[in-house]
Amino acid sequence: MSPQLFAYLLEGLLTTLQLTIGAAALGLVFSFAAGIATCSPNIVVRGAGRCYIELFRGISALVLLFWFVFALPYAGWQLDPMWAGILALALNIGAYGAEVVRGGIVAVPVAQIEAAVALNFTRAQRMRLVVLPQAIARMLPPFGNLLIELLKGTSVAYIVLIPDLTFAGQIVRNATGDSASVFTALLILYAVLAVIFTTIVRLIERRVAKSLGRPPTPGFFARIKGVKSA
Amino acid sequence: MTWDWGYAWETLPQLLDGLGVTVLATLAGTAIALVLGLIFTVLRRSSSRWIAIPTEILVEFIRSTPLLVQLFVLFFVLPQAGIELSAFMTGVIGLGLHYATYTSEVYRSGIEGVPAGQWEAAKALNLPARRVWTSVILPQAVPPSIPALGNYAIAMFKETPQLTVITVMELLSVARQLGAENYRYLEPVTIIGVLFLALSLPTAWLVRRMERRLVPAPRPV
Repeated sequence: MSPQLFAYLLEGLLTTLQLTIGAAALGLVFSFAAGIATCSPNIVVRGAGRCYIELFRGISALVLLFWFVFALPYAGWQLDPMWAGILALALNIGAYGAEVVRGGIVAVPVAQIEAAVALNFTRAQRMRLVVLPQAIARMLPPFGNLLIELLKGTSVAYIVLIPDLTFAGQIVRNATGDSASVFTALLILYAVLAVIFTTIVRLIERRVAKSLGRPPTPGFFARIKGVKSA
Repeated sequence: MTWDWGYAWETLPQLLDGLGVTVLATLAGTAIALVLGLIFTVLRRSSSRWIAIPTEILVEFIRSTPLLVQLFVLFFVLPQAGIELSAFMTGVIGLGLHYATYTSEVYRSGIEGVPAGQWEAAKALNLPARRVWTSVILPQAVPPSIPALGNYAIAMFKETPQLTVITVMELLSVARQLGAENYRYLEPVTIIGVLFLALSLPTAWLVRRMERRLVPAPRPV
């Protein structure tokens, strides 16, 4: 493979990382905003949170992306494709993340909240100092899964011609004509990225679990050993 | 430019054709995922580690790589190996294979959710292995898994637009074609967004209702 093709792949890899990390960061904001909103006592706030979740979970990320790139310009908004990609992916993953945030908050034992009330904490203090630290520990494993879903999901950006890893793969394939090895290499690259992301999330999980004095969840290799003994 | 009702109305019949292909691909893909997922689960539980570990790695690999690239592999590499399939069939197999790794996980947690006492009781009654599965384990493992399987069917439905890259004429492909022919994407792309919502919201609601009925609430510890 010529150095130029290799440079394409590298650039594609960087674009995929940008899309994943950008959408993950923005999606995290949406997740917490909507997730906390669905736990609000105010019916309007709660309704807004639910509407966001239902709307963006019900629509396909690719269709949303297409809409941003091809339909939004009619309304006079021309987004840069990269931003459209990040926004579409973030809105979609944020809706799933909001359910995770909500689930984490709901799972915190009521006694913890009662204790915070008894200590005369304000609602914001209760959320920030008592509920969220415990809830986040529960949210991390599902967030890790969502991150991998997001990484896989970024490949649809190729369809609106964002030069991501899949796009670069197509260029290399057109240049070399060797579909089998190019696509196999792509799959392996994505899998390696997934393993790296999973490992990072697991390290964070371990730290958070430790800070709360809880045992960490078993990893992939522990699960494989479990297969043998089952 | 504003919304053009006339054009929207004109494109509707073709979009509904695309919707038919999308729904058919989802149903066929779900059927494959349900069967293949069960096969994966059985292989992963195999007592031979030479079967269990490679299956585990394969499942993990398929699950952590993009469906889109897998579709490319099936579409461009299978013909080189002498296997000629229509684009639709290729897409359905791709969807089914990808989602089988998810359904396999659902089956597994369903089986693991059956209390150990049930296995022991079946053994104590000296039931043959097949009856242990058909009369004791599966009747308890399958119903709680149904909502999760339903959720993955909905997720698959929302990923079918990716079949556009391998020329299947599903919803998004039809919308793209209409947009390119008439130089107007607003209406077709908006309509397919609404169609996706119109189908996935009620289905998700049904699945949630089912969940409340079929999944036992976690026992208080």
